[in-house]
Amino acid sequence: MFDLAVIGGGPAGITAAIYAVRAGLSVKIFESDTVGGQIVSTASVENYPGCANMEGWKLANQMKAQIDDMNIDVCYEKVVNLKSGEDIKTIVTDKNEYQCHAVIIANGCKRRQLGCKGEKELLGKGVSYCAVCDGAFFRKKTVAIVGGGNTALEDAIYLSKICEKVYVVYRGHKLRAEQYLVDAVKEKENVEFLYNTQVTEICGEDRVSSVNLKDTKSGAESRMDINAVFIAIGLEPDNGVFKNAVKLDEYGYIIADDSCVTSESAIFAAGDTRTKSLRQIVTACADGAIAATQAQKIIYHKGKREKVCQ
Amino acid sequence: MSVIELTSKNFDEVINNDSKPVLVDFWAGWCGPCMMLKPVVHEAADERDDFVFCSVDVDEQGELAERFSVMSIPTLIIFKNGQIIEKTQGAMSRDKLDMLLDSCIAGKNN
Repeated sequence: MFDLAVIGGGPAGITAAIYAVRAGLSVKIFESDTVGGQIVSTASVENYPGCANMEGWKLANQMKAQIDDMNIDVCYEKVVNLKSGEDIKTIVTDKNEYQCHAVIIANGCKRRQLGCKGEKELLGKGVSYCAVCDGAFFRKKTVAIVGGGNTALEDAIYLSKICEKVYVVYRGHKLRAEQYLVDAVKEKENVEFLYNTQVTEICGEDRVSSVNLKDTKSGAESRMDINAVFIAIGLEPDNGVFKNAVKLDEYGYIIADDSCVTSESAIFAAGDTRTKSLRQIVTACADGAIAATQAQKIIYHKGKREKVCQ
Repeated sequence: MSVIELTSKNFDEVINNDSKPVLVDFWAGWCGPCMMLKPVVHEAADERDDFVFCSVDVDEQGELAERFSVMSIPTLIIFKNGQIIEKTQGAMSRDKLDMLLDSCIAGKNN
């Protein structure tokens, strides 16, 4: 038995663990992948104070070093269920069961998939969700980015420096990305926008060779030769395993406001996983701090532990 | 044991090891997930002697990446007697890497 389980080792979870340990709680972080979350595959972090221009993985490594220095336990197991008793919460992983007094869900989001034919089959063979990881394999080649948000346009800028030609395939007509990114991409001579265009199939034998496209207005279909498809159509929540424990909204996000309080006592939601207007490293960290402080109050209030600090 | 840096010159000689399976980590310095995986592989190399641990810098050794159709990194390929017995993509924790390696050893006894 320990005080607090933090599910997810991204910026929200790491911050929550740091605050909770400093408040005297015993904490375990559950992470199914690697610590750092989405920032691991971010080329450059430029909007987090103190990081004017830092590679994402370096920031992730610094966060990891910080929790390692504090001897915070990271349990590399996948959480498959969360059972909420009145006083005791049970974390069920793919290997074990753990009991604790409070839980902070900070599992972030997962990448949204296109759902078209060829996407799964050609993953790692020209289909990629990480331009920063895989872009260099398509040096001087022709690639497509699917999406119209910040990530898609950041990817377009990155790939424009490596690839011969970059198509941004977007099903709408007005890009959702921040204006400075749109302006930056439009300055790149080798980037071309295909608006009102949907990818219906990714084709290729042992590697991507073309995509089938559909004009969302006219319905006209076409085929384009391409060496790689980078999919950047945003993120979606991954809260299926928590749906019996806490209330989710219609999109699958955990319903919680800035206090990080969920529908269930002693279960909090922090970072991208909860209903919120801005999903950024800095807002994730803020949530982590708030959720840890809330958890601390509840644990001490219920008298589950003697106060060790105030 | 340390991690052996492979080039096209020593690659075949190293992977054709008939006493131990060989793990090869395809990585690059600009790849965040690779840089998260690298210390995990080095830690495993320090603590396990049942594998030969190697790495390939895909920027320096593009032809090796091409030869094994590596189009996404990090990619781990495990060779036994020079033959590929396992290929994975993406970073992983030490626990997961150990599970992967153990499953390859278990497969050896079948």
